Amino acid sequence: MKKDNSRRSFLKNISLASFSALALAGCNMKEIDEFLQKNFRVLSEKEKTDIIRSLEEKYKEKYDKEFHVSAKPAMEGVLFGYALDLSKCIGCRKCVYACSEENNQSREPQIQWIQVLQMEKEKGIDFAHSNIHYNPEKVPEEGYFYVPVQCQQCENPPCVKVCPVKATWKEPDGITVVDYNWCIGCRYCMAACPYGARHFNWGEPNVPAEEINTNMHYLGNRPRMKGVVEKCTFCIQRSREGKYPACVEICPVGARKFGNLLDPNSEIRYILENKRVLVLKQELNTQPKFYYFFGV
Amino acid sequence: MNFIRFLKGSIRLVLHGTKLYYAWLFFLAILIIWGGFGYANQLQNGLITTNMRDSVSWAFYIGNFTFLVGIAAAAIMLVIPAYIYNWNPIKEIVIFGELLAVCAVIMSVAFIVVDIGNPLRFWHMLPLIGTMNFPYSMLSWDFFFLMAYLLINLIVVIHLLYSVFYKRDYNRKMVLAIVFISIPMAVGIHTVTAFLYNALPARPFWNSALLAPRFLASAFCSGPAILLILFQILRKITNFEIKDEAIWKIAELMVYAMFIYLFFTIAELFKEFYSDTEHILYWKYLLFGIGDNNEIVIYSWSSIIMGFIAFILLLIPKTRKNFVTLNIGAVLIYASVYVEKGIALIIPGFTPDVLGQIYVYTPSMTEIRTAVMIFSLGFLLFTFLVKIAIAIIFEDYNIDVINQKGEEKGQRNRF
Repeated sequence: MKKDNSRRSFLKNISLASFSALALAGCNMKEIDEFLQKNFRVLSEKEKTDIIRSLEEKYKEKYDKEFHVSAKPAMEGVLFGYALDLSKCIGCRKCVYACSEENNQSREPQIQWIQVLQMEKEKGIDFAHSNIHYNPEKVPEEGYFYVPVQCQQCENPPCVKVCPVKATWKEPDGITVVDYNWCIGCRYCMAACPYGARHFNWGEPNVPAEEINTNMHYLGNRPRMKGVVEKCTFCIQRSREGKYPACVEICPVGARKFGNLLDPNSEIRYILENKRVLVLKQELNTQPKFYYFFGV
Repeated sequence: MNFIRFLKGSIRLVLHGTKLYYAWLFFLAILIIWGGFGYANQLQNGLITTNMRDSVSWAFYIGNFTFLVGIAAAAIMLVIPAYIYNWNPIKEIVIFGELLAVCAVIMSVAFIVVDIGNPLRFWHMLPLIGTMNFPYSMLSWDFFFLMAYLLINLIVVIHLLYSVFYKRDYNRKMVLAIVFISIPMAVGIHTVTAFLYNALPARPFWNSALLAPRFLASAFCSGPAILLILFQILRKITNFEIKDEAIWKIAELMVYAMFIYLFFTIAELFKEFYSDTEHILYWKYLLFGIGDNNEIVIYSWSSIIMGFIAFILLLIPKTRKNFVTLNIGAVLIYASVYVEKGIALIIPGFTPDVLGQIYVYTPSMTEIRTAVMIFSLGFLLFTFLVKIAIAIIFEDYNIDVINQKGEEKGQRNRF
């Protein structure tokens, strides 16, 4: 009787042990570390460096290229602002694709941070009658104007307020960022954003290895995972290095202007002080730092 | 030790039953498996298997969540009339109401879990180990309220059943105190859930102060409908005594709730259509469609028509007091509120989207299968809990029975 019992318990124990061994082998240590990783904003400098090093290794393994991932913080005395000349924009969507390449946006399923709306000149700025899927031989079309919309980098961002886990926040230089490792994917921020600036990875994102941009920022264009939200960061990996965002550089008609709002001699300040400027959905008190203006 | 015996007794109850009971379990099991495979597909490939996209980023899942919070809230609010009108078996009404509330809360949380992109990161939301955005995010409030509500309902229900099981008097003071806390909490969970949508100026369709009152009114239509049917079944198969008058009173209260809901909705419609601002687009999409896009019109009108028929059936005393028409009315209003919360509340909030574009959403097969899985699991849990409660309360299934059985078994073993 007793013997039987012990044999049974032996069998039970061994199956339990092998099961847990299998479970452990199934997920390696790195995955466990990643799972237990804390919110970016409470990480120490050392933790940040370690995480970034392991990310660079991981990306190298996956894409077979050298990567540079930065975690450069905001500079003192800088508040980024953006201005877009509605009288110049021709709706060519070059910015859309430059942005996608620079920021490693998933090609299939397709994610695009900039959406260009075609609007009727007769109606003015009227979202209900705008068209996102315009597709003529040649732009601009007679009787239409174009309003590219991306993250408006609000001073009073409704998306940040609603996030249940503080996975998104406004940096001191005014850029709203997302910690992709902390986002739970509830998409409350997408419901709250009045500009459709937030995009969700509904499936596994996919960027071909030969097209991947290896110059990355942790809070910006590093590869995202399935089930997290992403958005425009004014090309944080470029702007914090003193470069223009990719959409500014690519624009063939010079409709896009970018600079430091706190610098009285900057071009952006000149535009705000001398041109007719508007922001989208002003009545919502989001206080965008993305201004639309009429250059002529 | 005592509690373990209580649990063992409960498990024994769940495992034994009539043929009809097993058939019902088998039916639920098939649905759970069929739905489970749909959900497994979503887990593997991501939410891309749903029909949600950036334009309509919340949909059927979050609608189900909202509906179930309403059910959970209304189940407890029924205690008020039971107390005021002195329907005799108040203890039983409280127990079955709380059981329904417990199941509905668990199901509603399950709908959140299937809706989020990274369910394993759920712990990020917890205080202390995560970084909960309290008090700013309404979602963190909702989480708190739902958990607290679940906990207090579980305490009351377990305490009551446990006491009866051991043939002791339950702690009347404590139970009353908790029930009286849980009533405002019930109002609270549904209000907070309405606030989740309410204060997003980006979505004019929800940005109306009437949203929370409308939520409560509609919950008071759908929640009692389930209990009304459950009470009739209990009356048939157990010695649970509830007078016809009490059931008719529930139906009458549902009519008041429907009337209030109707009034709120008409007030909302008047304001929107008479002001005729750009915000009217969302209502237009819901009721008539915009251009060729009228895919959700069938949902909204089926909900309206079912609601109206139920309203008439429960309003006229003759049909209210006829149990056939009464039950038809109860089923119709339940279905009406389900479609209203599941589709008609959420989808127009996102269509047209914030940039004026129209993405036509209807639930995908994966979403339907996942919902079927959660509902069947919920029904399974509710069946188990109700079965335990029936045996303990009405069939004198108590500790003596367990001891007796234990003795018999022991004697048999000795021979």
